[in-house]
Amino acid sequence: MKGSKSRRVLPGFGLSMGVVIFYLGLVVLLPIAGVFIKTAGMSLSDFWAAVSNPRVLASYRISFLTAFVAAAVNLIFGPLIAWVLVRYRFPGKKVIDSLVDLPFALPTAVAGIALTSIYAPSGWIGQWLAPLGIKVAYTPLGIMIALIFIGLPFIVRTVQPVIQELERETEEAAVMLGAYRLRTLRRVVVPELVPAMLTGFAMAFARGIGEYGSVVFISGNMPMRTEIAPLLIRTKLEQYDYAGATAIAMVMLIISFAMLLAINYLQWRASRRVVME
Amino acid sequence: MAGMITAHLSPEGSARPRHIDESPLARRLLIGLALLFLALVVFIPLVSIFIEAFRKGLALYGAAITEPYALSALRLTLLTAAIAVPLNTLFGLAAAWAITKFRFRGKNVLITLIDLPFAVSPIISGLIFVLLFGAQGFFGPWLDERGIQIIFALPGIVLATVFVTFPFVARELIPLMQSQGSQEEEAAATLGASGWQMFRRVTLPNIKWGLFYGMILCNARATGEFGAVSVVSGHIRGQTNTLPLHIEILYNEYQFSASFAVASLLVLLALVTLLAKSAVEWRTSRAMAATQQPDPLAREGGANHAH
Repeated sequence: MKGSKSRRVLPGFGLSMGVVIFYLGLVVLLPIAGVFIKTAGMSLSDFWAAVSNPRVLASYRISFLTAFVAAAVNLIFGPLIAWVLVRYRFPGKKVIDSLVDLPFALPTAVAGIALTSIYAPSGWIGQWLAPLGIKVAYTPLGIMIALIFIGLPFIVRTVQPVIQELERETEEAAVMLGAYRLRTLRRVVVPELVPAMLTGFAMAFARGIGEYGSVVFISGNMPMRTEIAPLLIRTKLEQYDYAGATAIAMVMLIISFAMLLAINYLQWRASRRVVME
Repeated sequence: MAGMITAHLSPEGSARPRHIDESPLARRLLIGLALLFLALVVFIPLVSIFIEAFRKGLALYGAAITEPYALSALRLTLLTAAIAVPLNTLFGLAAAWAITKFRFRGKNVLITLIDLPFAVSPIISGLIFVLLFGAQGFFGPWLDERGIQIIFALPGIVLATVFVTFPFVARELIPLMQSQGSQEEEAAATLGASGWQMFRRVTLPNIKWGLFYGMILCNARATGEFGAVSVVSGHIRGQTNTLPLHIEILYNEYQFSASFAVASLLVLLALVTLLAKSAVEWRTSRAMAATQQPDPLAREGGANHAH
């Protein structure tokens, strides 16, 4: 292409690309390849025995289910928060806007102990829920709370710019045509937000499946009931069962890669939409 | 009341139909709902950390954060970040330069590969280094013969941290440099600037705030990483315990106040990170507003000449 030659006016392609490939290979690709090599060294029946053990299956189920529900809850409240932050004015809005990023910035272990102490039966919020028979900490519900915390900014921050870019004229036109506000929102606004919501959902879900620090404190870690898959990997490692840990990790890695590809595809589609319009 | 007043005023005030926006009541309801959710999930946990930290008094707080194990954990955490952040910053600059200034095949694959560590569970990020360098790992026996220890020692902690924070700077710089284009660098090259001069005088001033924010994010994650580090650290007090691991140990020993006291240090760092983000956003929006007016014509002219 013509463009590629004129771009080569700038120096440093060889150097920067060399650094990138060397460093990426050494720090990321080679270590990840280790999991595949280790798995390849296992016999198929060993691998199958390791990943189909009831305790392992239960941990997958808990990780996926809680991550899915947490991302779904954020799918409702995330766009709501984004909408309120873009469209309305109220005191303290700036501070609240930055607060949304806290789960990105706060170490997961700190979030974990804070959420546990609040939602424990004697905690600030837990003590009000306990008489109602609702137990949060040390149940799957607690895991969901932690994952809601972790996933929230993913959805708010992907939806927020889309709301900012929405053309109010379209909404006004809908109103002129006699649509009521709720109908305008449902028919005009929501369809515009769906691609961003999906991307945010996939990011929050992917992060939730692998999350460890914020969950281990609040979950109680009971095998078959509140033991998440990453914790089980950790436990197997501590028992020097490297093969068992690697097999569980292998399954999770494949799922994570599939999620990453899905997210990239969703983002690519969303950006193409914008360009085409 | 306010709702009724606006309802009376709006027919004369503007020609806009009343239901163009949500009714004031609906507005308040939505704001209330959003704030309640944020309070339950984010704000109350944040405040609780400080309250729990000071529950047993200032003296205990001071003791908890100046105790030798806490100090050695702090030193290790700072040392790890001091190695991981510069390494990933250099990588981020190189990656952003290669990706945004040149065309080549497989660029999208490269961008996806850079994102990989984000998609991997922290526990697995630790596991991969145990598989490589652990006692039973691929290089374990070889390292053992030479008396080199990586896992359960500083190198393992640094490696796991570098892996986990790998994409941060690159992810911040790539979109920024893509949106800025390369006309300014091309002009500098035409005028005979050397590569290093061009980078220092033209590129760096343009990206400094994005670079700064990427480093701040990278640093926040490096100092706060828990899962990956907990797998490779070995939890030896005073030697391989980082601050987050120290918090875990205190918490599991029911020393709650001390645990929250140490946690509050990391919360302060997180709050500084959020402040830095706001500052950078404010800077860039101001810079954009300043360059916006004379820019469109100049940009278009430049692009035409280039082709």
